[in-house]
Amino acid sequence: MTDLLYSEEEEALRAAVRDLLSDHCAATDVLARVERPTPYEPALWKSLAEDMGLAGLLIPEDLGGQGASHREAAVVLEELGRAVAPVPYLTSAVVATEAVLACGDPDLLGRLASGRELAALAVGLHVAPGTGPGNVVVRDGVLHGEVSGVADAVGVGVLLVPGDDGVLYEVEASGAGVSVVPQTSLDPTRPLGRVVLDGAAGRALGSAGPAVERALLAGAGLLASEQLGLSEWALTETVRYLKERRQFNRPVGGFQALKHRLAHLWLQVVNLRAAARSAAGALASGEDLGVSVSVAQAYAGGVAVHVTEEALQLHGGLGMTWEHPVHLYVKRAKSDSLSYGTAGTHRALLSALVDLPAP
Amino acid sequence: MTDADELRRRTQELLADHPPADTAPPDFLRARFDAGLAWVHYPPGLGGLGTPRSLQAVVDAELEAAGAPDNDPRRIGIGLGMAAPTVLRYGTDEQKARFLRPLWTGEEVWCQLFSEPGAGSDLAALGTRAVREETSGDWIVDGQKVWTSSAHLARWAILIARTDPDVPKHAGITYFVCDMTDPGVEVRPLRQITGEAEFNEVFLTGVRIPDAHRLGEVGDGWRVAQTTLMNERVSIGGMRLPREGGMIGPAARTWRERPELRTHDLHQRLLTLWVEAEVSRLAAERLRQQLAAGHPGHEGSAMKLGFARLNQEISGLEVELRGEEGLLFDDWTMRRPELVDFTGRDAGYRYLRSKGNSIEGGTSEVLLNIVAERVLGLPAEPRTDKDVAWKDLAR
Ligand SMILES: Cc1cc2nc3c(=O)[nH]c(=O)nc-3n(C[C@H](O)[C@H](O)[C@H](O)COP(=O)(O)OP(=O)(O)OC[C@H]3O[C@@H](n4cnc5c(N)ncnc54)[C@H](O)[C@@H]3O)c2cc1C
Repeated sequence: MTDLLYSEEEEALRAAVRDLLSDHCAATDVLARVERPTPYEPALWKSLAEDMGLAGLLIPEDLGGQGASHREAAVVLEELGRAVAPVPYLTSAVVATEAVLACGDPDLLGRLASGRELAALAVGLHVAPGTGPGNVVVRDGVLHGEVSGVADAVGVGVLLVPGDDGVLYEVEASGAGVSVVPQTSLDPTRPLGRVVLDGAAGRALGSAGPAVERALLAGAGLLASEQLGLSEWALTETVRYLKERRQFNRPVGGFQALKHRLAHLWLQVVNLRAAARSAAGALASGEDLGVSVSVAQAYAGGVAVHVTEEALQLHGGLGMTWEHPVHLYVKRAKSDSLSYGTAGTHRALLSALVDLPAP
Repeated sequence: MTDADELRRRTQELLADHPPADTAPPDFLRARFDAGLAWVHYPPGLGGLGTPRSLQAVVDAELEAAGAPDNDPRRIGIGLGMAAPTVLRYGTDEQKARFLRPLWTGEEVWCQLFSEPGAGSDLAALGTRAVREETSGDWIVDGQKVWTSSAHLARWAILIARTDPDVPKHAGITYFVCDMTDPGVEVRPLRQITGEAEFNEVFLTGVRIPDAHRLGEVGDGWRVAQTTLMNERVSIGGMRLPREGGMIGPAARTWRERPELRTHDLHQRLLTLWVEAEVSRLAAERLRQQLAAGHPGHEGSAMKLGFARLNQEISGLEVELRGEEGLLFDDWTMRRPELVDFTGRDAGYRYLRSKGNSIEGGTSEVLLNIVAERVLGLPAEPRTDKDVAWKDLAR
């Protein structure tokens, strides 16, 4: 059975990430920047990715990375979720990096590990593992087509584009025939863009199918840890608020109707932590991978949405304001519930994986 | 320190000395207890070796492979899950030596005399009286208990009774081991919604309990009972299970074996519950890992909340899945069963029996209060009974 706890090293990593985020990514910082095209402070990414070396967590040491595992990456994502940090960690350091790892390109991996190069997989954020190839056409050695809903595509140096010839291409975002058009996203902390390729040059990295599948499985599995972080923030913050907020001459948190709701939320968060650790462990070991990831994703979306929505409701009018950060968590949680496949999509995957066939 | 290899060696030695094929099951179980392989985390001499609880799996796997008999925990759940940890924690050396061995081997069944007609969720309000007899020092107990599972089979009971009515309710309670063969103990079956009588009413009239059968100090029974109740919830909700090991197992099997029953609506609901069952299983496993690592979480009591709801929803779905057969029930005959198996019998039985899962061992509402107050630190309910002597409480 997978170890579902956190090691001492993982707890130390968590503490370091949390420290940095509380200094440089407080809710007010996030709010102040959300409406800009690059919603994060480049200095914050530099500290996380370069100084702490988090960009290379999943990359082997001989290629310039940290040679750590998905278990550590999951802890980082819990903290990034807790802070709704608008940084491209999941999209570049996990999803795009996994695609390149599948192709084994040392040059690009070295650049990604350094944290100075950012990449985005040109696949819509809603796409689940197990989905077929995209619609980018390769003719006469150049790429044509559009992919919309690509997370964190705006501002990256490298786009990883699966072509209809079954090859994964590295495309320079600043190259001729390439444009990335910002879209307005429901979750302003995870910007989306439409990648437009009109005769763009690409360098073949390897086979697209397995690379995209590996990337999406890692994205889906580790997203559960981000969803755990979001949920934990929402629950902790709501409990704190309801102990302070007084109406009817008593703390509102003393009313049993609310106590029971909060206890239910707590139980869901406890469950989500187990599911998220199980998915991270499966990604690290490769064992029971498909089931563990889909179980986590069939569960996590509903929990994160429910806990953050309850947090909004239980803050009363305050919860409805732009100024209070709870809306950032609701938006992220809702958008996460559609990312890398909805709960329903993952249930459909499980139906085949665990032999519970449809009628 | 005894490690996994050493445990394997000792288990093989036990099997060699007492080959299961030619040993009567009670003899084998006694020998297993004496070898310290009953519950390895218990102290030496009391069925264990003082090793981490997680290593029990090593012993169990070896014994299972050798076809050794087990003590059928479904028959003696109250003894194993509640009485034993309380005796271990609060019992004297004599009590531990007297009670634990036959408890574990199943030769002596235990029951729990806690709930009363007037004291359920508010257990500390209980009114069964225990009065000390000057001459003998024995305790004489009078009162009524209710919902007592296995009382009809039990040799011993864990009992809480009021020894001081003049102090607030939590302070005047003492914890005893009660001899169920005492002539003052009368057990009457109480039929339940499944048709059978798993639980009973127990009338206690002048029951004599020697002071040597008191567990913990006089007046400290509420604290002692907390150990029992915590362990009860963990043992109800925290069993180690393989994937599809609980209530979801029979439902999933029915789905696979009976394609003609499948509908799209049931498919979605089954998959949703399958996922929740798997996640609950992982959470219970995580809790066990925390305990094994010496970091008990607050999750213990709370696991039962999820377990109860899932058992109810899954068994309810299975009744529906069975269509026409779901309208039938296997048997309403009044019986006094020997063992309790939540996942046993047919879907209708499972559906009805699982209703008790959110009541027995603390109702779900009470557990939610506990999570809210002790885990989340939310304000307690306003109380009117804290500083009032038990005898002055409204009844
Ligand atoms: C199958 C089964 C086996 C059992 N076996 C045993 C046994 O072996 N030994 C034993 O001692 N007992 C046993 N019990 C008894 C069980 O522990 C009690 O039934 C339980 O604690 C509830 O008490 P009650 O029945 O008096 O309900 P009450 O306490 O009267 O509760 C009635 C309702 O009010 C709710 N409620 C009560 N207080 C609060 C509150 N503060 N906040 C919100 N809601 C509240 C309850 O949740 C419940 O829904 C068993 C019960 C069952 C169903």
